[in-house]
Amino acid sequence: MNARPWLLLLSVFAIATCGLVYELIAGTLASYLLGDSITQFSTIIGVYLFAMGVGSYLSRFVTGNLISTFIRVEFLIALLGGCSASILFLIFGWTVSFRIPLYSIVFLIGCFVGLEIPLLLRILEGRFVFKDLVSNVFSFDYIGALLASLLFPLVLVPHLGLVRSAFLFGLINTAVGILALIMLRSEIPRLRSLWITGLSVAAILIAGFVNGSEITRWGEYAAFPDPVIYAESTPYQRLVLTKRKDELRLYLNSNLQFSSKDEYRYHESLVHPGLSRLPVARRVLILGGGDGLAAREVLRYPRVESITLVDLDPAMTELFSSNAMLREQNGDALKSPRVKVENADAFAWLAEKHEPFDFVIIDFPDPSNFSLGKLYSTTFYQRLLKIMAPNAALVVQSTSPFVARQSFWCVDATLRACGLQTEPYHALVPSFGEWGFILASRQPLSGPAILPEGLKFVNEEVLAQLPRFPPDMARIETEINRLNNQALVHYFEEDWAR
Amino acid sequence: MNRRRFLQATATAPALLTGSCTRQQTIPGSIVGAAASVGHHLRDLKHLPTPSRTVKTDVVIAGGGIAGLAAAHQLQKQGVENFVVLDLESQAGGNSISGSNKVSAYPWGAHYVPLPGRDCHEVIAFFEEIGLIQGHDAAGRPIYDELALCHDPHERLFIHGQWEAGLQPLTGLTPREKQEFDAFDAAIRDFQDKRAFTLPLERSSRDPAFLELDRLTMAAWMKQQGWTCTPLHWYVDYCCRDDFGGGLDQVSAWAGIHYFASRSGDAANATRGTVLTWPEGNGYLVKQLVKPLRERLHTSCIVLHLQTERDIVFTDVLEVTTEEVIRYESRAALCALPRFIAQRIIPGLKPIPLSYAPWVVTNLTLDELPPSAGVLPAWDNVIYQGPSLGYINATHQDLAAVPQATVVTHYEVLCDQPPLQTRQWMQNQTHADWCTRALKGLQAAHPDLEEHVTQADVWLWGHGMIRPDPGFIWGADRQQMLQQTPPIFYAHSDMSGMSLFEEAYTRGVLVADAIRTWLA
Repeated sequence: MNARPWLLLLSVFAIATCGLVYELIAGTLASYLLGDSITQFSTIIGVYLFAMGVGSYLSRFVTGNLISTFIRVEFLIALLGGCSASILFLIFGWTVSFRIPLYSIVFLIGCFVGLEIPLLLRILEGRFVFKDLVSNVFSFDYIGALLASLLFPLVLVPHLGLVRSAFLFGLINTAVGILALIMLRSEIPRLRSLWITGLSVAAILIAGFVNGSEITRWGEYAAFPDPVIYAESTPYQRLVLTKRKDELRLYLNSNLQFSSKDEYRYHESLVHPGLSRLPVARRVLILGGGDGLAAREVLRYPRVESITLVDLDPAMTELFSSNAMLREQNGDALKSPRVKVENADAFAWLAEKHEPFDFVIIDFPDPSNFSLGKLYSTTFYQRLLKIMAPNAALVVQSTSPFVARQSFWCVDATLRACGLQTEPYHALVPSFGEWGFILASRQPLSGPAILPEGLKFVNEEVLAQLPRFPPDMARIETEINRLNNQALVHYFEEDWAR
Repeated sequence: MNRRRFLQATATAPALLTGSCTRQQTIPGSIVGAAASVGHHLRDLKHLPTPSRTVKTDVVIAGGGIAGLAAAHQLQKQGVENFVVLDLESQAGGNSISGSNKVSAYPWGAHYVPLPGRDCHEVIAFFEEIGLIQGHDAAGRPIYDELALCHDPHERLFIHGQWEAGLQPLTGLTPREKQEFDAFDAAIRDFQDKRAFTLPLERSSRDPAFLELDRLTMAAWMKQQGWTCTPLHWYVDYCCRDDFGGGLDQVSAWAGIHYFASRSGDAANATRGTVLTWPEGNGYLVKQLVKPLRERLHTSCIVLHLQTERDIVFTDVLEVTTEEVIRYESRAALCALPRFIAQRIIPGLKPIPLSYAPWVVTNLTLDELPPSAGVLPAWDNVIYQGPSLGYINATHQDLAAVPQATVVTHYEVLCDQPPLQTRQWMQNQTHADWCTRALKGLQAAHPDLEEHVTQADVWLWGHGMIRPDPGFIWGADRQQMLQQTPPIFYAHSDMSGMSLFEEAYTRGVLVADAIRTWLA
């Protein structure tokens, strides 16, 4: 009998720790996703404490078996708090206003936590002298808070991540409830239903903990300079989105694909130097570019009737067609009636029959491995030429002529080995540095460039500058990239190893 | 009640969550190929069954391996239409047979052809015919179909706990060892410059200084040169086992040197050491040869007896499917069978002592090739000082971006024991034994491979390939085998002492010309 009250006090400690951890998780998440950490933390702490007040107020309406209610509320906090991080992450991409679910969850958790302490005081009434009771409960409450505030930044976030920390503390809450169930079983009616509730909640939380590594992987926080807001492992690659304030970045297998701050420089440079000089181009093919950003640029030309976009990864094109933030970024290009998205391997797709295209944009990831290297080979370009109209042109994203000079000129040599005339050019994209592109066609492109309105980077003066290479990026002799020598991948590895 | 239930619940929950326990079940698959049971049926035949009917034709080609198919192809091109090709297995190809499943096509035997050199006219003509050679550059070097050239990375070696690029060991070589490798390479280049060792081998130099090398083992020759370091020995031993079915202490030095020095083929669009390969290995070339034959090819046929009588050749054949015995009467016959079989079915053929190396080839279908430390998977993956010859990745030539499921072909030559003993031992091994053996062979690099195997099929080559023991290639016995006895002709890589595509193909083409002359 004597151990029980002390065990119940221990549960105060646990409740306080857990409660604070949920609050900190919500605050951290909010500052990642919404930016402006001062405002986020202030408002979350405020709402949480307010909710605790509301909960404490509502405790007067609890009658009936106090212990039973206490345990039930414990399980509820466990479930809600434990799943809070996952729910908030999942909701973030899908709702326009994130704040409503955020504050609702914080409010609910705060309410239930606020309910627990008064209930516990009433349960323990009579087992301790009043002055000792009040002193014990509050001191355990506040000490618990210190533990939480130390654990959170030093242990939980770096090693477990937000999602798993939430599940872990949910399990602690559940354990508290189950402990109370065991210790005080003689005083509780309808024991069985509480056991079932408790074990179900535990099962859900354990499942969440085990599987909850999608968004926050071990060490992923350290791997990216900005907070990770979305991560998915598809069968083909790992997609990670990070966000800091207004800057959104996409990484594919830890390689930066774009930053929302300056991706327009990249995509305008990719599309317009070529397309603006093809006055009769009606059918455009985009290989790669599943983010829809190149498509957005192509859509600026009303004469273009159809854009076929072939990207290997359905998860990528799906994400960029549905997520609110990303659709804003790409101007909802993937949903345009002029755009047709196909998910297929580019090499295999080229082997099928297609109507000839007038302009082909090749926006693949850099040739960092042998699978990607095949897409920059003579065989690939030869197959591509078969579905290009006689006066068509293609443009290839060719990595950085500054950092990967050999690689850049290798792509050029490979295109020329296929009988094409090439026009290499480069642009400065601050998040990448100097980036290179190669425009290629059977005959040299003639005609003036007729640029669409509303471009932020490319204009006629800039167009004249892009093909000029300073001596430190000028052409060098390289091998031709073939399937049987994968020269480009070897150059790329060499270049980036420096 | 509460405590017990609680404990029960907590006890079962982790078990549910940890998922499936370690796999104890057997790997699906079987030992495929008819040869052993069918061939031994022939061996044990007490008397010849009487034929139920007779078929007349111009030429009977016994044996549908590369030599037989090459001869058939050549005959057809020269206008001879009336012939049959007979083969024991359910598909033609001899050592170049292949299989396939949902995941990929894969080889059962020969899996590549080095770029043909200058002396290999017949093979080059064939490659031009099937579009493998698409033209020539200004310097006259052939331009090959890129899809058939082995994609980079070609080879990798698992040494000292990780994979490194290439087949020659590099990691951890001492300066002396590096010196020996350089000296070896220099010696080979020297032989190449002298054009002493050619493919096909009959066009090699007959200078006695080179032919004498046939009398030593490769190990003895290397010792003579003062090359004793382990990595070089392993490397040369590997290559000898790969092409000849025996270690460097079993095969002749002439053959061992030939392996390296004969690879002098050039290409306009590939480096010298590149090879031609396909997912189904040389099965691709078999398909090209078989296509025009159509109904002339009869598979699942055992040739029981072949003899001449007054310029007519009588060939008795047992059709396995119908159990019918057919007698073919022809004006000429080509025995494109391994010599040890020919010796049993052709009366009067002098028996010659030959050694044949037993092989076992296991095709493992994997849901994925598990990653391991070092460079990424290549076409040929070899474990340094491993018991087997490593594995070939059948989906390597696949152009698709992300290979997941694949079939790996594990090759092992069983040359530790005398061949006869080994063959008897092989008969008693079960499918599970072979699977365990293959997995064990790859354990060093892929300890967890078993979890990824969805199917394992095994092909046993009891008499896999002829082994060029010292004194065989340039000895009297092989010269004996070269004798043609019209109307019965002979073409098979056994007659070269090396089981190579170029040898078989060239012999087939040349004998086809001889047969046509005979018929006229």
